Amino acid sequence: MTEIALTLTDAHASTARRARRQRLQDAAFRNATLFFALLVLFILGGVTVSLIDGALPALRAFGFGFVTTEVWNPVSEEFGALAPIYGTLITSVIAMAVGIPVSFGIALFITEMCPAWLKRPLGVAIELLAGIPSIIYGIWGLFVFAPFMQSTIQPFLIATLGQIPGIGNLFMGPPYGIGVLTAGLILGIMVLPFITSITRDVFETVPPMVRESAYGLGATTWEVVWNVVLPYTRTGVVGGVMLGLGRALGETMAVTFVIGNAHRISSSIMAPGTTISASIANEFTEAVGDVYTASLVALGLILFLITFTVLSIAKLMLLRLQRKAGV
Amino acid sequence: MTSAFVRCAAFGALAVLSVSVAPLSVASAADISGAGATFPYPIYAKWADAYKKETGTGLNYQSIGSGGGIKQIKAKTVTFGASDMPLKPEELEQAGLIQFPMIMGGVVPVVNLKGLKSGEVKLSGTVLANIYMGEITKWNDPQIKALNPDVNLPNTAIAPVYRSDGSGTNFLFTDYLSKTSPKFKTQIGANSSVQWPAGIGAKGNEGVANMVKQTDGSIGYVEYAYAKQNNITYVGLQNKDGKTVVPKIEAFQAAAANADWANSKGYYVILTDEPGADSWPITGASFILMYKNPQDVAVSAEALKFFDWAYKNGAKMATDLDYVPMPEAVVSLVQKTWSQSIQADGKPIWTASAK
Repeated sequence: MTEIALTLTDAHASTARRARRQRLQDAAFRNATLFFALLVLFILGGVTVSLIDGALPALRAFGFGFVTTEVWNPVSEEFGALAPIYGTLITSVIAMAVGIPVSFGIALFITEMCPAWLKRPLGVAIELLAGIPSIIYGIWGLFVFAPFMQSTIQPFLIATLGQIPGIGNLFMGPPYGIGVLTAGLILGIMVLPFITSITRDVFETVPPMVRESAYGLGATTWEVVWNVVLPYTRTGVVGGVMLGLGRALGETMAVTFVIGNAHRISSSIMAPGTTISASIANEFTEAVGDVYTASLVALGLILFLITFTVLSIAKLMLLRLQRKAGV
Repeated sequence: MTSAFVRCAAFGALAVLSVSVAPLSVASAADISGAGATFPYPIYAKWADAYKKETGTGLNYQSIGSGGGIKQIKAKTVTFGASDMPLKPEELEQAGLIQFPMIMGGVVPVVNLKGLKSGEVKLSGTVLANIYMGEITKWNDPQIKALNPDVNLPNTAIAPVYRSDGSGTNFLFTDYLSKTSPKFKTQIGANSSVQWPAGIGAKGNEGVANMVKQTDGSIGYVEYAYAKQNNITYVGLQNKDGKTVVPKIEAFQAAAANADWANSKGYYVILTDEPGADSWPITGASFILMYKNPQDVAVSAEALKFFDWAYKNGAKMATDLDYVPMPEAVVSLVQKTWSQSIQADGKPIWTASAK
């Protein structure tokens, strides 16, 4: 009798011990993950603070004029970020204009219409594209794509679109092969796999039942995509586009090779230009002098702010859309 | 302290954003570490290889650019820094550094003009400056024609191509244009990167060479070794004596021989536009930077032994790679500087007898 009672209390004690241990483990685990999560905020804060500190000499020297002037003269140490800001935005716009429709097309084809045997090879091909390092895109752009642009595409654009009054200004000047347009197109190719694989993945989360019901009601594929798939996956799709845009804004090596690296703003998108990250990569190693280095850090700060603003606008847009949809 | 930390973090943050800062690997105790200019990298690598075979002492050289080299030596992370742009004597004094020239090379304007061979087109510094300032836009411009009365120049547009990355090549080229064209000097100036008013920027020697090869009517400038090894059409240049010369080792050596090394404090000599009938006008030396009172005495002594060895045994390897070795006279000047200026506890760490 006493023996049984003893073993019972033993068992009880060991259960309690185990519970305590589990509570401790839980707490440790929670705190560890919390620590890692906070680490991200801490790093982000550190990056911001040190960027601002590094950029201060430039901001003090040029003030707000830093973002509104085009001059970039290392000899007289006068710097303005307008040309690289413009180049960063315009190449990203071109990249998105090319990348988004093509990516959507590929993703929709794979999820909605693709015969089963083609699905895997297409998927693998997209993932391979994503895995190619950007320097390879740069070299390919310089040696293969730029000569093709120079000999074929740019003369064609000059002869056709270039003759139209108004938008003709965008397609003027000698066909150098490299320039803002070439950089934008290569960026477009580079963001393809990112947008495609994410949109494909979210398109596949649409429950088959919802889709089949729409087809059952007699909807065409287009109507299913437009009225069912896209509204269902809006958040994910915007996320994919933002990831692609982020890559386009920050891409360095590939752009440096094909953009022509001129601190100028031209009306023509075939003229050479520069981007923020290309300027930093080109000049950082040889930047001597505090104001010069600080100006490059300030460029980094501006890129940081642009990316931040773009992401915030995307988040706001999503919120507005969700409110409208009544979700 | 905090500001140094913050600055470090700023650099790190930049790396996160887009720049790849070349990591400096930690060399083993006996190995010499250096960082800087990309232009002399091939020859330093070749010397290091031969030296390692002979003595067992390794050299770890990171070609991160002249500016990077200056930053690294000032931060004391390397035994020596290397720069294509000599530091001014005041700046050396302030940082407690000495500099000496190690190797020379030339910068060569290259063109893409159908049917014209190397050396057939002759240019002068002023005309070259006008081309790069966007003032001469056609190959059959009267200013170019005047220099080339017998050459059939086409009526094509000139596409000037420049190095977009900051580099010693840029410095030498713009320094030469500044010396020959007052307008270039006041409007643009000499630096490792400048604000080019016209043309397109390509990255590195290979970028410029490739752009020139692809574009009809283009002009660019690359290191001599690069032009020679890739068989790119180069131009002849008028030098200070008014003679037209073509780029070759002898022409670079002539420029070096005519430079006044002995009377230049801190070897602050830029070899562009040197006098002499045979001098190639865009010649330049690459410099080594070291501390007068190094912290790592043993490794610094090893480094000096290596440089001494390279001066004595490296000339053939250098000319094989189309570099120009320093003349005897300059070498003995440099060795005197070593034994007089680089010291630990008041004693020189290198003497001519030490082998």
